[in-house]
Amino acid sequence: MPTEKKRDVFSGTPTPSSPKRSGRRVYMVSGGVTKFAKAHPGMDFRLMCKRSFDQARAAVPNLTLDMIDGTRISYFSDHFTRQLKAASMVLDYIGLNPRGSVRIEWGGATGGECIQAGYEAVASGRMDVCAVTGFETMSRVPTWKGNEFIALASDTNFDFPLGGFYTGYYALMVQRHIYEYVRRKKFAHIKDEREAQRKAIEYGTRVMAMVSVKNHKNALTNPYAQYPKDLSVQDVLSSEMVSYPLTREQICTMSDGAATVILTNEERAHELSDDPVLISGVGCGTDTMRLADRPFGKVLLMPHEKASDYADLDYPGVHSFRAGRSAGMEAFGHAGITDPKKELDFVELHDAYSSSEIQTYEDLGLCKYGEGYDFVESGAPFLKGVDYGFPTPKAGMIPVNPSGGLIACGHPVGATGIMQGVFAFWQLQNKIAEKFGSPRLQIANARRGAIHSHAGTGSAVTVTVLESTKRRSP
Amino acid sequence: MTGRKLFKSAKFQEVNTAVKKDGAAIFVDKEGQENLIIDNPYAIRYIHSYAEDTPFFLGLADGKLRGTKCGACNYVFATPRGNCQFCGETTKWVDLPLRGKVHTWTTCHFGGEAFLKETPYNLAMIEFEGANSVLLARLKDCKEEEIYVGMPVEARFSPQPQFSITDIWFVPAGAGPGQRSKK
Repeated sequence: MPTEKKRDVFSGTPTPSSPKRSGRRVYMVSGGVTKFAKAHPGMDFRLMCKRSFDQARAAVPNLTLDMIDGTRISYFSDHFTRQLKAASMVLDYIGLNPRGSVRIEWGGATGGECIQAGYEAVASGRMDVCAVTGFETMSRVPTWKGNEFIALASDTNFDFPLGGFYTGYYALMVQRHIYEYVRRKKFAHIKDEREAQRKAIEYGTRVMAMVSVKNHKNALTNPYAQYPKDLSVQDVLSSEMVSYPLTREQICTMSDGAATVILTNEERAHELSDDPVLISGVGCGTDTMRLADRPFGKVLLMPHEKASDYADLDYPGVHSFRAGRSAGMEAFGHAGITDPKKELDFVELHDAYSSSEIQTYEDLGLCKYGEGYDFVESGAPFLKGVDYGFPTPKAGMIPVNPSGGLIACGHPVGATGIMQGVFAFWQLQNKIAEKFGSPRLQIANARRGAIHSHAGTGSAVTVTVLESTKRRSP
Repeated sequence: MTGRKLFKSAKFQEVNTAVKKDGAAIFVDKEGQENLIIDNPYAIRYIHSYAEDTPFFLGLADGKLRGTKCGACNYVFATPRGNCQFCGETTKWVDLPLRGKVHTWTTCHFGGEAFLKETPYNLAMIEFEGANSVLLARLKDCKEEEIYVGMPVEARFSPQPQFSITDIWFVPAGAGPGQRSKK
């Protein structure tokens, strides 16, 4: 880009690596989730929330309704239900009037943000116990009308009238990602520009397809997942083209579903559970709504990176999610993590697209910017002991989306980030076998994990770090 | 039960079709529960103001592409903003060149419901000499396999402006002045 000099992308605002550490310690003591499905015509949003809430309550039998000081309730869009103030109806249905509540909406990051809103209620001392519940019922409108609603979360003057289509925006982003890191690095030796770009896209999409295979196959033993599938790289690549180069199997679907977690302070946590999970880090980052407004500046560096690594890179441009980097830096700083790849045992991240999973590895510092494709090919984000149909030599290093992620589980927006919290919570309690009916997705000795929730083109991202507190014999 | 069609073990999509046709249907789910589903259409007319973005859309109708420039830091926004996002100062309107380069692109084979009839269509972000940010627009008169990052393009304006961002689009540079897009 024709920038004269690289600007500090934070323009004098505080860097995200200096989190405030005041406040009480907050624990997750329970979680519940409905199966995510294309449609749940037999449950409205109130009943879905109630089901997930009841599942969460059943796991902590000492928790009575009167111990819950209030709620935080999330859903993304009023358009999908055509019921405004739906959170009030969830709240009275689960029986928590007249206690305090507020509806949380933050685009695709709605669920992740709602967990952090519950965290804040407890950390501040305002509540000792907070129930965090979220839902979305997306089946009540036709799929392409739903896509239109989602795209209304883009600038309606400049972006929406061009196609009303989020997959198009993510395709624009990954095309530039492929250009920056594959064409300009891996295929720098090819002289013919068009040939080099075609080869780069071919390579990039093949690696993206490996991510889709991973998430679909992981979900084969997750009974809550909407689309567990035994796919090959070729199946993914030859599925219907939606927005070049993203094919249908690389894109999450719309879903109906709900999820709940119960958050408490330290004292209550130990009264209610013999295995509470500590929320040791929270972070939230933001970026411009319009992709076109993203600056071309300097990378926000994490400890494993040097400015010289990115001497010729304009950042974030439209290839990377600055909000994801910012959220990660805040959350990891809070949790005292300096090398997330080594210090986390797994990550549940917002893979609305196979491409955004790769971009997010880089944002979260699981590898450097530009190394996302190699990271996939190394096998690092794959589960050990699962046959994906191609070699995964470093499988088990840092499993990403062991649950199957959004691509396989579905994406009922207001529930999604909370669903990640529930699955991470079960991982850290070593309860995947009990909850999923199969031990296949249990990561051995999982002590610390991160969940990552992401809103439209990376306009907002939350990262939350969860840690097991119970000593376990290996 | 009121003569409404009863769907047992049908796909929800089939129920949807029946609801659209008959106004209502009963869907029996796996648990045997009957769910009454009705058609519930919704339409609305918004009175949308472009407010501080107005000169951009009026400019398109005059065959001009306008960005904004920050009076304090000189940052040029190819997608205009009334105030600079870096220093908060008021920006001034500037004319942008009508030629640029593709920064990134895609071909959409689907879209929001209102746009399905226009598929496939190309989207591109355009870089301009002298501008610090880019502009998202439709790219016409070229096929998916012809587009690449860095491709020179030039602007076209609708002869019948609708006061929408779709009043401007780009075509490969040198495509000839008489060439009009079919879409």
